[in-house]
Amino acid sequence: MSLAVRTWRALLAGVMTLFVLNIGLMIAAVATHSFARRWLGTWLPDGYTTAWYVSAWKEFQLDAVLWVTVEVVGAVVLLSILLGVPAAYALARRDFRGKRALLLLFLLPLLVPPITYGIPLATVMYQVQLAGTLAGVILANLVPALPFVILVMTPFIEQIDPNLESAARVLGANTLRVFWHVLVPLLAPGMLAASLLVLVRTIAMFELTFLTSGPDSQTLVVALYYAVFAAGVRAPQSVDAMAMIYMAVTLVWLLIALRFVNPTQLVSRVNR
Amino acid sequence: MRDRTALLAAPAALLIAALFIYPFAYGLLLSFEPPKGDWLANYAQFFSSDRLWPTIGITLKLALPATLINVGLALPIAYRMRFPSRRQKWLTTVLVVPITLGTVLIAEGMLTYFGPRGWLAQFLQLLHLYDGPIRLTHNYWGVLISLVISGFPFAFLLILSYVTGIDPVLARAAATLGAGPWSQFRHIYFPLLLPGLAMCFCLAFVQAFSVFPSAVLVGAPAGPTRVISIAAYEAAFELYDYSLASAIAMIMGFVQLAIVALVLGARRLSYRGPVTGGKG
Repeated sequence: MSLAVRTWRALLAGVMTLFVLNIGLMIAAVATHSFARRWLGTWLPDGYTTAWYVSAWKEFQLDAVLWVTVEVVGAVVLLSILLGVPAAYALARRDFRGKRALLLLFLLPLLVPPITYGIPLATVMYQVQLAGTLAGVILANLVPALPFVILVMTPFIEQIDPNLESAARVLGANTLRVFWHVLVPLLAPGMLAASLLVLVRTIAMFELTFLTSGPDSQTLVVALYYAVFAAGVRAPQSVDAMAMIYMAVTLVWLLIALRFVNPTQLVSRVNR
Repeated sequence: MRDRTALLAAPAALLIAALFIYPFAYGLLLSFEPPKGDWLANYAQFFSSDRLWPTIGITLKLALPATLINVGLALPIAYRMRFPSRRQKWLTTVLVVPITLGTVLIAEGMLTYFGPRGWLAQFLQLLHLYDGPIRLTHNYWGVLISLVISGFPFAFLLILSYVTGIDPVLARAAATLGAGPWSQFRHIYFPLLLPGLAMCFCLAFVQAFSVFPSAVLVGAPAGPTRVISIAAYEAAFELYDYSLASAIAMIMGFVQLAIVALVLGARRLSYRGPVTGGKG
């Protein structure tokens, strides 16, 4: 191996290490601060306490916020699977007029960033008085989640041999029975993967929830934004404690998701 | 009997039409119906106001460098990691963490870690690398760093999925014909990657261009990092001028679309075709 190649590889490894190291230290800094009694310009805090978690829980009313988060994420996952899987089936199995237009319709919400369409969407929701309600937040979050499920599920469905469905039909099963007894069991792994990906993405979806939620329909990430935004009013440690709670919720689900999906699937569709 | 399978896509299509297409169309119409003035008054106001017009430049000044850094760093590193290995799996798993944590948490972490009394500043001062006051938050640099932290892993994972989709047999064939590592990249991988790179550039740019939470939390939202999404948000939720807010959102969407069209238009000039080798 030539010297140039080795230097180049060392350089890349160096950049990568620096990046990962700084992110690791950043998370460690938040963790340390959330347990710190007092921490002003020294390497480590003066002392440690868990009191900030108790005060963060009370100050930010985290039990209510967590419950809203569970409701929103649960509804978004359920609805996006319920509507997305049949749509993916139609796109995977049939060629029909307007299919390309339909694909574009499902691709656009993934290409346009949430804040761009979130502002007109929130405007419409204020007109019909959906803004500020739980239903409004759920509907807004479906906009990116549903196309995502469709794009993840389409290749899964394409892999299933259509002969299995034909065989079931020959034996007299109607469409509903074919779906329930043939497709759903075969698609279960794909549906699990899609649900987990949508779940992780919806927990972290800030912009849409921020634009459409009211005081009673904030999810964890929006509550965290307001806490950081109004920092200075409250002890910075309790904001960091809340950040740790948010991080724990997200990471638990991420770890579960990573058992079933490839990390690249979080940013793009399945490529094989 | 007619085949009704295609109708299974109808509920999803209706929902997206109602929640995505309709608001866009409504916003577009609303932007031409200002509370006072003629139908172009909002756009005239945007392009003549000192508070609004510069936001495009401010946003571009953040989004373009961030995108170039992210794609430029992600390409060589993803290329280096193109063969399945434990290191590849480990790195992809680690890099997915900042993406899932999201920009709000990154902002809070940055305030603690990159702040003037954070570990990074203390470390740099310990080594006497830089003795002046270190200001990496509440300014331009804070937002740029946050865009790299959230954007680089995204670009890396996307490019990695493109690189691993290219059959290594092609490069091996080139190697037997005497191509070194650099020519293999230059003449085999790079032309095949170009369409993917263009797509990745577009997605990374569009995300960076719509930066919002970090521009508020780790930037200086009153001045140097008053990006276009902040202007749109203020118009809608502080001035309650939904007409102006829609106009700003439309301008934001138009600039994104223009850049995407430019990049994807340039892509057409490059090779398009199979990325797998075959016998024959």
